[in-house]
Amino acid sequence: MTTIDLQQREIKPLRNTFDHVARLIGGDKPASRYQEATLGAQPTANFHYRPTWEPQYELFDASRSAIKLADWYVLRDPRQYYYATWTMARSRQQEAVETNYQFVDSRKLLGKLPDDVRAHACQVLMPLRHVAWAGNMNNCFIAAYGYGTALTAAATFHSMDHLGVAQYLTRLGLALDEPGVLEAGKNDWLSDPRWQVLRRHVEDMLVLKDPMEIFVAQNLALDGLLYPLIYGAFIDDHLATRGGTSIALLTGFMPEWHDESARWVDAVTKTAAAESPENKALITGWAKAWGNRAMAALTPVAEIALGSAGQAALAAVRADYNARCKKAGLEA
Amino acid sequence: MDTRVNPKKPGLKERYAAMTRGLSWEPSYQPRDKVFPFDKYEGIRIHDWNAFADPFRLTVDAYWKYQGEKEKKLYAVIEAFAQNHGELGVTDARYINALKLFIQGVTPLEYYAHRGFAHLARQFGGDGLRLACLYQSADELRHQQTETHAMSVYNKYFHGMHESNHWFDNVWYLSVPKSFFEDAFSGGPFEFLTAVSFSFEYVLTNLLFVPFMSGAAHNGDMSTVTFGFSAQSDESRHMTLGIECIKFMLEQDPANVPIVQRWIDKWFWRGYRLLTLVAMMQDYMLPKRVMSWKEAWEMYAEANGGALFADLARYGIRLPKGWADACEGKHHISHQAWNTFYNYGAAAAFHTWVPETEEMKWLSQKYPDSFDKFYRPRLEHYAERAAQGKRFYNGTLPMLCTTCQIPMLFTEPGDPRWIAYRETQHDGDTYHFCSDHCREIFEHEPQKYVQSWLPVHQIYQGHCFSPDADPTQPGFDPLGEVLRFYKFNLDHDNMDFEGSEDQRNFREWGGGQDAKEGQL
Amino acid sequence: MSNVFIAFQANEESRPIVDAILADNPQATAVHSPGLVKIDCPQRLVIKRESIEEQIGRSFDLQQLHINLVTLSGNIDEDDDQLTLSWTH
Repeated sequence: MTTIDLQQREIKPLRNTFDHVARLIGGDKPASRYQEATLGAQPTANFHYRPTWEPQYELFDASRSAIKLADWYVLRDPRQYYYATWTMARSRQQEAVETNYQFVDSRKLLGKLPDDVRAHACQVLMPLRHVAWAGNMNNCFIAAYGYGTALTAAATFHSMDHLGVAQYLTRLGLALDEPGVLEAGKNDWLSDPRWQVLRRHVEDMLVLKDPMEIFVAQNLALDGLLYPLIYGAFIDDHLATRGGTSIALLTGFMPEWHDESARWVDAVTKTAAAESPENKALITGWAKAWGNRAMAALTPVAEIALGSAGQAALAAVRADYNARCKKAGLEA
Repeated sequence: MDTRVNPKKPGLKERYAAMTRGLSWEPSYQPRDKVFPFDKYEGIRIHDWNAFADPFRLTVDAYWKYQGEKEKKLYAVIEAFAQNHGELGVTDARYINALKLFIQGVTPLEYYAHRGFAHLARQFGGDGLRLACLYQSADELRHQQTETHAMSVYNKYFHGMHESNHWFDNVWYLSVPKSFFEDAFSGGPFEFLTAVSFSFEYVLTNLLFVPFMSGAAHNGDMSTVTFGFSAQSDESRHMTLGIECIKFMLEQDPANVPIVQRWIDKWFWRGYRLLTLVAMMQDYMLPKRVMSWKEAWEMYAEANGGALFADLARYGIRLPKGWADACEGKHHISHQAWNTFYNYGAAAAFHTWVPETEEMKWLSQKYPDSFDKFYRPRLEHYAERAAQGKRFYNGTLPMLCTTCQIPMLFTEPGDPRWIAYRETQHDGDTYHFCSDHCREIFEHEPQKYVQSWLPVHQIYQGHCFSPDADPTQPGFDPLGEVLRFYKFNLDHDNMDFEGSEDQRNFREWGGGQDAKEGQL
Repeated sequence: MSNVFIAFQANEESRPIVDAILADNPQATAVHSPGLVKIDCPQRLVIKRESIEEQIGRSFDLQQLHINLVTLSGNIDEDDDQLTLSWTH
């Protein structure tokens, strides 16, 4: 009989992680993939040339924002997304959308929609493609000019997500009707009086220069009101009860994504506000001002969506938004 | 209720147009110039943004699907590598120094590319181009993060990686890649595109990728090989953006041609200089060598590049100004660079060494016109000294070229016995350069390059000391204090490979493919 | 005359793609090296979705090429049914 003596090699690692990660997690401990991918990744010192296009700033410059943080890496993403986990999560969601499209297509459910439901859905949803496009641009701004990888990597994912929403809405439009529906939606966006307050609101956000103000105006205020209004009050509570369940099925990504990313938005808001009374006042101010403007912009949209019930729906959404801001530590 | 026939599915091209170009609009409540302030910034004239066509036409959901699949496969390999102590399966612990150079000098460039393309993704006035830049920004973040994860295993067991980001921001040789990308990022978006997408991702990309990845394959580093293949599929899209954007700019207006030509001249040269570090890695740091830098240059620059510029001639574009000098340099730059790093091995965050006899033989064969005549004698002299216990370390600091920030180690084109020195005056000061081309880059934008944070200048000005460094104390050692500021683990991160802890540990842990064969 | 080329990771997924390309492009040649298969072709190379589907016996979306694609050269034209690389203008 042969005895096999398997000797395990005892190899002790010299360290657990990179020093620039260790400094931000309280010492040399085993670090998660999120931590290693994100913490301390951005260059911080000794920049060689000022941007010729903005010489008042360094290439990465925290002073682009009025928000002051001792360490921008406190703005961690509770979802702990790094590229791999983000793409894999979205890939699973994308498969679910495909499955839903196959379900709807095979049963020709969209063809069976009542004409008025179909038209109403297009009327409300098609102009929102352009709102999502602006959401993509605004989050690109944060990704480009924000400070610290914790914020900017998550903003990169968020900008791609917005583009995904815009493209899912486009796909829905193409599936619901002839391609002319996209053109009609764009015309409404450009010239229908009921959409102009929102378009002006969106264009005003596109010329902001403080990445954190853009974060609050776009990701907290506008989306925080728009998504519950459209995907909650309009699609789930209204369209679905009138034979439009297939539309809820095909837009399922949007409310799911909104709720998931709200955890990130709230964490960043809360952490930044908690750092100082000045930050808290700034963010509260932005949340209120941009929230009020968003309410004004969404008022005619709520009416297109829900008629006379629009105001009440919007008020309910605002009440939830106020509660959300309070929970994030903002002043009343 | 009407039952409608399902509408005919539009083809890929029509769907893609609806999914991209159709999403934007001309702003009217804010002037276009405020929403897109960079459109006219560099003098590049664009008459029709819609003429830019992204050939691959990926929608976001397709992007998520394919990238998600790639990541699943890649991380499975990274996990397996970590579990099986793959880091001990490389040929020789000297190889790991190539990876140190990679994480110190290449990974941060992926990060810069990520942020730079985010800038372009916001600022370009054309949707097709904006979106191609957005995907690239996400891809580059992918590369920075996957490289970090792949290297994480090595960092646990070997030195020279633990402070890679601090080193990137502070240490002398890393200002070469740092200044390269910051030069691109601080320029306008069209210049960035020419610098990165065209010059780097299209013209020179194979000269970065092939040496590192085939070096990894030949030296048993499966984790890096897998990363390399996985990243390369993203690179196909990046290369395509590079060639498409250059054609787009050149076709939009003849006035763009001289601007683009100047950028091609500048960025070919800065890219070529940056690749000095790769040349050195390829010829000196791979225990199992693949091809020489000279061979890689002939294949990927001279052959491929020649065909490319022949194709661009119809726009009025010619070969970059520095082309001839870059080709002449193929016989020399790897040897000259390694010599410098050997000299300054005390101040580099990776080990250096004299090549073994067999390795010198390979170098003789690969460099018949230069190695034995100019470089072997010096290396043999170093070996002799080391054998006598007097391994040579240069105790001073090198002069750096103001533009490329490489030490003045390059020689006159055509005569490698003479170091090439060039200088120019600006605002009462004298500036120094390694070549005519670096000087010309400076002279075109002196107000930019006078800002450079040249590490050697900064050391001499006393800016590279920890706050508690005290020059008045007896026994104050300036170089030692700089290394403390650099956060080096002395003798572990720097100095010769012979006698290093990396070497000892690798041996003790049973590393190396030959060693593995001897075990049960 | 310049070659166009396309290279894939050498694995089970890319094998039928390579076979389809070689069948449709008589002048194309394939070179195998560790982990990689590179296909060169003078002037023009076309990849057809239908041909790949014949090889694998299932439906195939041309964009799936991205998963195993390593590098390529030539001007690209792509639609739902084909991807062409060429140096002709």
